Amino acid sequence: MDLLSRKATCNSHGQDSSYFLGWEEYEKNPYDAIKNPHGIIQMGLAENQLCFDLLESWLAHNPDAASFKRDGQSIFRELALFQDYHGLSSFKNALADFMSENRGNRVSFDPNNLVLTAGATSANETLMFCLADPGDAFLLPTPYYPGFDRDLKWRTEVEIVPIQCSSTNGFRITKLALEEAYEQAKKLNLNVKGVLITNPSNPLGTTTTETELNILFEFISKHKNMHLVSDEIYSGTAFSSSEFISVKEILKNNQLENTDVFNRVHIVYSLSKDLGLPGFRVGAIYSNDKDVISAATKMSSFGLVSSQTQYLLSALLSDKKFTKNYLRENQKRLKNRQRKLVSGLDAIGIGCLKSNAGLFCWIDMRHLLNSNTFEAEMDLWKKIVYEVKLNISPGSSCHCEEPGWFRVCFANMSEETLKLALKRLKRFVSDEISMRNCQHSESQRLKSSRKKTMTTVSNWVFRLSFHDREAEER
Amino acid sequence: MKQLSTKVTSNAHGQDSSYFLGWEEYEKNPYDETKNPNGIIQMGLAENQLCFDLIETWLAKNPDAAGLKKDGQSIFKELALFQDYHGLPEFKKALAEFMEEIRGNRVTFDPTKIVLAAGSTSANETLMFCLAEPGDAFLLPTPYYPGFDRDLKWRTGAEIVPIHCSSSNGFQITESALQQAYQQAQKLDLKVKGVLVTNPSNPLGTMLTKRELNLLVDFITSKNIHLISDEIYSGTVFGFEQFVSVMDVLKDKKLENSEVSKRVHVVYSLSKDLGLPGFRVGAIYSNDEMVVSAATKMSSFGLVSSQTQYLLSALLSDKKFTGTYLNENQKRLKIRQKQLVSGLEAAGVTCLKSNAGLFCWVDMRHLLDTNTFEAELELWKKIVYEVKLNISPGSSCHCTEPGWFRVCFANMSEETLDLAMKRLKEYVESTDSSRMISKSSHERIRSLRKRTVSNWVFRVSWTDRVPDER
Repeated sequence: MDLLSRKATCNSHGQDSSYFLGWEEYEKNPYDAIKNPHGIIQMGLAENQLCFDLLESWLAHNPDAASFKRDGQSIFRELALFQDYHGLSSFKNALADFMSENRGNRVSFDPNNLVLTAGATSANETLMFCLADPGDAFLLPTPYYPGFDRDLKWRTEVEIVPIQCSSTNGFRITKLALEEAYEQAKKLNLNVKGVLITNPSNPLGTTTTETELNILFEFISKHKNMHLVSDEIYSGTAFSSSEFISVKEILKNNQLENTDVFNRVHIVYSLSKDLGLPGFRVGAIYSNDKDVISAATKMSSFGLVSSQTQYLLSALLSDKKFTKNYLRENQKRLKNRQRKLVSGLDAIGIGCLKSNAGLFCWIDMRHLLNSNTFEAEMDLWKKIVYEVKLNISPGSSCHCEEPGWFRVCFANMSEETLKLALKRLKRFVSDEISMRNCQHSESQRLKSSRKKTMTTVSNWVFRLSFHDREAEER
Repeated sequence: MKQLSTKVTSNAHGQDSSYFLGWEEYEKNPYDETKNPNGIIQMGLAENQLCFDLIETWLAKNPDAAGLKKDGQSIFKELALFQDYHGLPEFKKALAEFMEEIRGNRVTFDPTKIVLAAGSTSANETLMFCLAEPGDAFLLPTPYYPGFDRDLKWRTGAEIVPIHCSSSNGFQITESALQQAYQQAQKLDLKVKGVLVTNPSNPLGTMLTKRELNLLVDFITSKNIHLISDEIYSGTVFGFEQFVSVMDVLKDKKLENSEVSKRVHVVYSLSKDLGLPGFRVGAIYSNDEMVVSAATKMSSFGLVSSQTQYLLSALLSDKKFTGTYLNENQKRLKIRQKQLVSGLEAAGVTCLKSNAGLFCWVDMRHLLDTNTFEAELELWKKIVYEVKLNISPGSSCHCTEPGWFRVCFANMSEETLDLAMKRLKEYVESTDSSRMISKSSHERIRSLRKRTVSNWVFRVSWTDRVPDER
């Protein structure tokens, strides 16, 4: 008899240690401006480190919030005992308001429809447990966050079927791709329970367009009982909030409140990216379906947010002067920083997908591949890790269908470090180009099914290797 | 096609609202010394409220810990970004040492074998995911914590098969009860993956004896299954005997590095010993590398807030504090339990002799109209509505004998406890004069149907309430 469950043991099968390179190399040799100036620069971590000064300044002005005090009086006891899975109402109220603010106050959120969870990781898994049975499937547009393979599938036994997006149209979701994914799921005998998107997208850094949202809504209207989960964890990183369209707005603008679609659209949120607080484990599910809210609330027992943290953040987010200023400043700094990365890459002859959100760019290094294959992508990646000493994320780890795309983060380091990273990359690219007289031709892009098989192997190995690393490097 | 998952829709079935009475009544009419002196006293919540002063004093003397500072310098950024599922090393080290202190430093805990989780609720569920397939079973001695039905079974698909314990021997686990449970599981075509015990026990308030622990270790050895020991109440032991952990037994039997030791896992939490259920701090301890590895990854779904890890690493690293705290906690719990026990005695009510926990297992069989669970429920309703005490009926803990109730003593002031005992005494005296019952153990009716319905309804109703009232 097997002593451990399959869930516990399957994860360790087939680990290909060569894919740990990036992370291991970084950890062995992390860049430090003074102590290790030739170390590897971490550009694979989607963290927002640009606005800590604003948070620290607020904390310094509001010491009660972290010290378990309210109006100078200790509320330690009250917080120590507070484990109600309905959450601290002052926090949920403040969070609901913050979410509205993120959407330019074009929509409002009812705190009673919010379920708090230990991060979006927990929120997404919980939603899967609520919406799907083992063996059911969700459709996800590629490329997508590698962590979804674990978060959505591992313990829930739900399947992911990709909606294949391509660079030909900026990786936008098309009606055709959606239908094809649905058909593919049917061929695999999988019951499709819904679609899950990340908006703004990780790893693309783009906001989902109104056209795409309409396609998705049309799809779930057509297929009864189909859900749409919109992970809006990056909503506050849209450089301009008017460019970000939440599914909440579509529901409002299309007057879907009294239709059955209303109950089948769910939002996931978190403070890990917008506020740069991944360590505090604050996530949320928002749904209009009472049964989902009720079940998710009970399930949140398995990952409640620390009351100490709920209290601190309820004070922070209740300060409207702070939140207004923060959101604006955050957007500004992210936009500036992204510009620096984009123009730096441009100067090297590397293009990236035009983006308007996120903490990363989706960069196009197809012209630097030896061949249009994922093996070549891997080779290039290793060079970049070992020689250029930059840890970036290869597109295959995000299930991208086309080799040569990489996700590069820009908000987790100082400006100087970013400059240095670009300098190193520039040197590498000019060396590469002078070394190889490479004529890149569109017609030479080979579509080989053997290569597709290798894609599967790459992705699978990547999935496993990324599972073994730190959890939430989105 | 169904819109929502089976996990969601099945849970809503068969909720019998009459069982919500206790909680709802309490919430409608909560006792308050000044504002609502005739309200319902909450005695169904296993919280430890006796030592907050010690923690608050420490916090006042060590403002850096909550203020996200180290040696006066802000480490806010570092903590804000810290989401490593291996946990804050200083915290795991301090936690391991705290666990050792609780066990009289007789055994050691290796911090690298600790996996942090958002409360033991999360720890227990995660262990199930690691050790059992959907449909596999764990054996649990009755009575047990009602929350286990949700925590161990709901999303994991695992089953619980009870090991029936009876008052005839103080609800201790016997070999025959163990074997019977194992066979029952086989009859139900369930693969038994292990045994889970809570030690000290909830709701009994007793520690497992060395005999029981040896029995369990022998049993899992012979069956090649796991043993999970939920030691969440380990720091609430106040009797003269010291707490014997399953780790002590492994050491005594020289099994520390054996294959069996890989199948013994301990669950811990700071919710009871330190009275911090709101902070969501739990842990799994395992000698099996693969379990630690898988559980670590699974902890992504319920990590402990870095803000909280930091605060508690500072608190628990202060050995002067921990030594004083554990001592004082024991003392105060002992005094408070004594107060409850003597108060009950004055009302002619006895309880199981206990030496741990935040509650007593109270024997009210003599107050039942009949030896049935219906009568237990009737009595319970009277106690909630008339006596205005919210206590937990034994059937909600899957007890096989009607008439037992769990009564908490550490979540209220001395005065409130006094008042509760007074009310109970008055009630018992008033009913004594109007009823004459002669109880005979032969009258114990085993109505499987009634028990099944009670338990099932209770399980469902209890899952609808606030989660961690253990």
